[in-house]
Amino acid sequence: MQNNLHTESLIKGEKQNQEITEDIHKPMTGRPGKLWFMGITLSSLAALVGLIAMVLTIWQGIGLWGVNKTVGWGWSITNFVWWVGIGHAGTFISAILLLFRQKWRTSINRSAEAMTIFAVMCAGLFPLLHLGRALLFFFILPYPNTRDVWVNFNSPLVWDVFAILAYLTVSLLFWYIGMIPDLGTIRDKVKSRIKKTIYGLLSFGWTGSAKHWQRHEVLSIMLASLATPLVLSVHSIVSFDFATSVIPGWHTTIFPPYFVAGAIFSGFAMVQTLLIVTRKTLHLKDYITIYHIESMNKIIILTGSIVGVAYLTELFVAWYSTNEFELFAFVNRATGPYAAAYWTMMICNVISPQLFWFKKLRRNVIFTFIISIVINIGMWMERFVIIVTSLHRDYLPSSWTIYNPTLIEVVIFIGTLGIFFTLFLLFVRFFPVVAISEIKSVKNEKLDK
Amino acid sequence: MNFWKNITEFNKQQISKKYPESDRQNISLIEMLDKTAGKSSRRNFLKLFGYGISSALLTAACERPVKKAIPYLIEPEEVTPGKANYYASSFFDGNQYCSILLKVRDGRPIKVEGNDLSPITRGGTNSIAQASVLGLYDNARYQFPMRNKKQVSWQAIDKDITNILKKSSSSGKRKVILSSTIISPSTKKLISEFTQRFSDVEHIMYDDVSFSGMREANRLCFDRSVIPDYRFDKAGIIVSFGADFLGTWLSPVEFTKQYTSGRVPENVGENMSFHLQIESALSLTGSNADKRMVIKPSEEKYLLSQFYKYLTQRKTDSSEEVAGVNIPKVAELLLKNQGNSLIVSGSNDPEIQCLINGINYELGNYGNTINLDNPVYLKQGDDKAVSGLVERMNNGEIDTIMFYDTNPVYSLPNSDEFKTGLKKVKNRIALSTEVNETADLCEYVCPDHHMMESWNDYQPKENHYSLGQPGINNIFNTRQAQVSLLKWMGRNTDFMEYIKAYWRDNLFEKDDRFIDFRRFWNKSLQDGVFNVKNPGNKNTPALDRSVVGTIVDGTAKPGQNGIELHIYENVAVSTGKYANNPWLQELPDPISKVCWDNCASVSPSLAEEYQLDTGDVITINDGLEIPVQVQPGQEKRTISVPVGYGRTKSGKVGQGLGVNIYPLLDYSGGHRIHVRNNIEIKKTGKKYELADTQLHNSMEERDIVRSMNLEEFLELPVNDKEAHQDGHHSGEGSLYEKPEFKGHHWGMVVDLNSCIGCNACTIACNIENNIPVVGREEVKQAHEMHWIRIDRYYSGDRDNPEVLRQPVMCQHCDNAPCENVCPVQATTHSSEGINQMAYNRCIGTRYCNNNCPYKVRRFNWHDYTKADAMGGNLKDPANTTLDLPRMALNPDVTVRAKGVIEKCTFCVQRIQGGKMKAKSEGRSLQDDDIKTACQQACPADAIVFGDMNDPESKVSKKLKNKRNYHLLEHLHTLPSVTYMNEVNNKLV
Repeated sequence: MQNNLHTESLIKGEKQNQEITEDIHKPMTGRPGKLWFMGITLSSLAALVGLIAMVLTIWQGIGLWGVNKTVGWGWSITNFVWWVGIGHAGTFISAILLLFRQKWRTSINRSAEAMTIFAVMCAGLFPLLHLGRALLFFFILPYPNTRDVWVNFNSPLVWDVFAILAYLTVSLLFWYIGMIPDLGTIRDKVKSRIKKTIYGLLSFGWTGSAKHWQRHEVLSIMLASLATPLVLSVHSIVSFDFATSVIPGWHTTIFPPYFVAGAIFSGFAMVQTLLIVTRKTLHLKDYITIYHIESMNKIIILTGSIVGVAYLTELFVAWYSTNEFELFAFVNRATGPYAAAYWTMMICNVISPQLFWFKKLRRNVIFTFIISIVINIGMWMERFVIIVTSLHRDYLPSSWTIYNPTLIEVVIFIGTLGIFFTLFLLFVRFFPVVAISEIKSVKNEKLDK
Repeated sequence: MNFWKNITEFNKQQISKKYPESDRQNISLIEMLDKTAGKSSRRNFLKLFGYGISSALLTAACERPVKKAIPYLIEPEEVTPGKANYYASSFFDGNQYCSILLKVRDGRPIKVEGNDLSPITRGGTNSIAQASVLGLYDNARYQFPMRNKKQVSWQAIDKDITNILKKSSSSGKRKVILSSTIISPSTKKLISEFTQRFSDVEHIMYDDVSFSGMREANRLCFDRSVIPDYRFDKAGIIVSFGADFLGTWLSPVEFTKQYTSGRVPENVGENMSFHLQIESALSLTGSNADKRMVIKPSEEKYLLSQFYKYLTQRKTDSSEEVAGVNIPKVAELLLKNQGNSLIVSGSNDPEIQCLINGINYELGNYGNTINLDNPVYLKQGDDKAVSGLVERMNNGEIDTIMFYDTNPVYSLPNSDEFKTGLKKVKNRIALSTEVNETADLCEYVCPDHHMMESWNDYQPKENHYSLGQPGINNIFNTRQAQVSLLKWMGRNTDFMEYIKAYWRDNLFEKDDRFIDFRRFWNKSLQDGVFNVKNPGNKNTPALDRSVVGTIVDGTAKPGQNGIELHIYENVAVSTGKYANNPWLQELPDPISKVCWDNCASVSPSLAEEYQLDTGDVITINDGLEIPVQVQPGQEKRTISVPVGYGRTKSGKVGQGLGVNIYPLLDYSGGHRIHVRNNIEIKKTGKKYELADTQLHNSMEERDIVRSMNLEEFLELPVNDKEAHQDGHHSGEGSLYEKPEFKGHHWGMVVDLNSCIGCNACTIACNIENNIPVVGREEVKQAHEMHWIRIDRYYSGDRDNPEVLRQPVMCQHCDNAPCENVCPVQATTHSSEGINQMAYNRCIGTRYCNNNCPYKVRRFNWHDYTKADAMGGNLKDPANTTLDLPRMALNPDVTVRAKGVIEKCTFCVQRIQGGKMKAKSEGRSLQDDDIKTACQQACPADAIVFGDMNDPESKVSKKLKNKRNYHLLEHLHTLPSVTYMNEVNNKLV
């Protein structure tokens, strides 16, 4: 076993450049399989139903949801934070791992970045939808207007807008810039005139000249260093929505690091979920190897442990503060009407990643897949627990209520899952899932550690 | 550079910049649109032509609803558009009385305010008086005269009825006018003239919730069939046996004023009244008591008889303790306070009322806290006469019946019998305002004006008169009942003239201020009230002790252990008359917090016995199905159900809400009593979700509503909580400077000791601020919109808990958590310390509501008001957005659209109005210029509003009081609303 590891290479099969291009290009040229068609039918159907529910919400009002006079945010903001969290892995992989010279990232960064962008797009839908007057969402942007009204720069929601738009922009650019050499390759490979024109336009006249490569590298590094603080800032700022409030259970200084760790945790889980399926269906097992899965699992252990420590710290501080409201908020989480959500969260996020300390388990694809789903559920529960349990029983017991989502809210969430998977399936069909040019540079890399 | 001297010159320059003065006359329309038009003519002409035509077509194609605003051709003298007029009037619905001011804006009444000049209600109102405005604009009113449900003209109906009345009954059959209690002296005179003119007509009065047993008791004891005048303010000790005198009993607004004035600890000190409530269901009054004891309804009579016995003989029959009440202990306390106590009972059993009379008499309360010489004219209904009428109708002795403002088909326990009898009555005439069960069975419906459309006079008490004047012309083709009666007598007098004549002949002589009737009349009309000065004091008649003695001897110890039914009247829907008023339907019950339904309150132990939970449906005596609500403080084996629900013929709102419990009323000595012994309940297994606005009833030992004992108060009147002293009050607890307000700084003080939790403020706020009605289904989702709510908490024993309450509205924090989280600055702080909402700017993130520790912000979850830009999404279960109910909207307050947050504004429109008034009168703002709607409506004077920067204002003075504290003050939100803690008198 030990010996085996020493001789393992980053990508398997001693591939030549030509082979790599062929392998990665394959899913884009051939007729997609039955699975792909089934997948896209299901996901676009879900997206469509979700879209109907969204239109209904905008038309009929937020009253269609289960939120009420006490719990103003329910599934919508839970989903928002969850999706933003998922959108953390891609940029983390591309930027931070790039800066840390982690070569294994090259196999997974492209799809992880795509996932990031789609997740952030889904996330962005919820703040828009949860507005009472969604059609006036542009009031939140600081644009010059005749009424001389400006946004409130004190509000974390305004910070959110900036943080998320900046993150989306940089992620999109990063993803796209990284894809340009590959788009050039594809342009040269495709036969149809239309495709040639489109890929030609998208590749910005890439010729592969040394100058192009040099500029590409410089820009990539620049964007990576831009994106790095963003990875940390986005979820910190999202956590400010809660941390700067006065609600017990929200008003917590630990939130920024806790949210960032949680975001990367959930992001990697989602990357696992997607890539385990992708590598199987697109026959990319040589490129996305057990080693990749294991590496990501290690990050999951790390971030999962940070999240676990954060949970315990929160509990300790609630007890140590002797603040009756704070203490109640946490006791209520663990024993109140939403205790099931709390304990699901605890089991999924604190206990399940610890299983990856066992080498056998973290190198087991099926097990990883299951745990990745479990973590996704756990992280969704975490957001739900933070948002709903803190709100539903805050300061004045007279206003305490119970929040239950309505069908519309559930359908909207499923709808965003549909949108996400639809976009991802389109991505695997029309763009290279693995960064061809980058993977070529590491094809002979041996794993010596 | 253009220099300008003044603004006129500046404007001139601006104009001349655009169009040089010399050329202005010569510019054609097209040239003005396009400078080059003159040069290249055809091309530009066609461009403009095309643009013009297409835009004209576009705008013409999108048809917009045309709303006509027709100006006055000749403006009425009193009406200034945009300015409200106030007319003194009276509210009386056959049940409760209140002297009011009608606020009339542009010719339509939009608000009821209390009339300070009335010595009875002293400026207080209650929820039903407040909500009566919507009754005026109710689509479910009868809108035209009808014969057999078909519209006919008044002439036709008059002809028919005159013929009916002319035909003197050959076979000795009688004609009857059945009405609710009439306290109008002119109307009474009119009816007596009517009965004289048509000798076969008689007049019977009928009350849905009857007091005839009490009148009977006073007749037996003192030979006076009256209800005496009670003075709760003069009583040092108040003992109430199930009388909900702060909520619904007799004259709650008046009693609330009296009660609370005797309980302001700063004014009365150790003389604060002690209130003992002995009852079966937790009533509003009981929840305010210093001490509350729980007994079964069936135990009341025996308990009272033993009380009386102890007072007269210093001994009881067997044990000293009856139903858990230690008789000597209470009696000795009362004996120590001879002449200074007041004992009342809510029962209509004449024997119980005789015992009450006896006890009060022995304690020397007559002449002090009870006055038989200034009797109350409310509740004149005669149960025996009504029962007799039913019998006579069934025997075919009645050939004509006229219903005036009464609905016996709905509220009689023997309604079926009444209906069969009614079928035998040849001519049935209804003089009703709103659609009801009785009028529905009548051949003729002669719709009466609404109170706000008619002239009337009232005599709620012997020495107090008031006038009712209309605020609007009749909206529908209705006619005041009195005018109808006059017409049928062949007289064409205007009823106002009739009243005037009555006042000239009968009341003018009682006045000593004016020598001229015209002035007397004008003054009375202006004030709304006329009080007889120096009424001759007569001696209290002697009690007929033998009557009481016989009852004491005849009262045996109750032995039965069955379940008892207690039927009561709730604060909102009253006797059922207001079933169609959506504001009142949505008003949560002060105790159970349930709205839109009635339910059976069961005690926690009975619930355990029958395995019931709130929302389980039970049957009573195998008949009625009703959901239960587990109610702490309910007597263990008694269930309580309010009347007023289960209307079968009402408007869209009221029909079919809840269950009609009137059929289960019982009789005692011919009088309707509100208890029934030995009922049987069964769990059906069905579930029914009640709309409850408060789901959690415990304060969780948090420092929310503060209370102290009177002893503590007398010792040191400070609520010495830590939080109070660590600087949050003074603003020292922060790194930031305390915000300062240079001009006005508005603030409010709510005295929790005065607040009785009657909900009048909630309704007043609803009306003043155009707060939408959302309906039962929405309330179930916790979507109710009230800007001011009354939180109610239980503590202690579940079988007899202590009740704490607190009105909560926006606290207008100077360091508001809601303000800094709004991304679009839709909620900001004004320079006068008001937390204000810009509805147009709000995009509805609800972040402010999440971050509000008081949870006072309300969100428009749906389009409740028809103000949304999108169509087809209206959610208006109560039809309040139809044109007619919209007349009740306050034009000074924006109607909010779907998706925006709203909340208490401190009635900013009233603040502006007050400032404007002061300015136009060229004086500085006075403290009384501005009163918020909740403050104005409060019958307990619990709310004081004013300028905290003015050291002379009432609010500033109150703020110096040591009982003050801020809600959740440790959060350092610096609220502008202050609460004063409760003070309980724990004498016993």
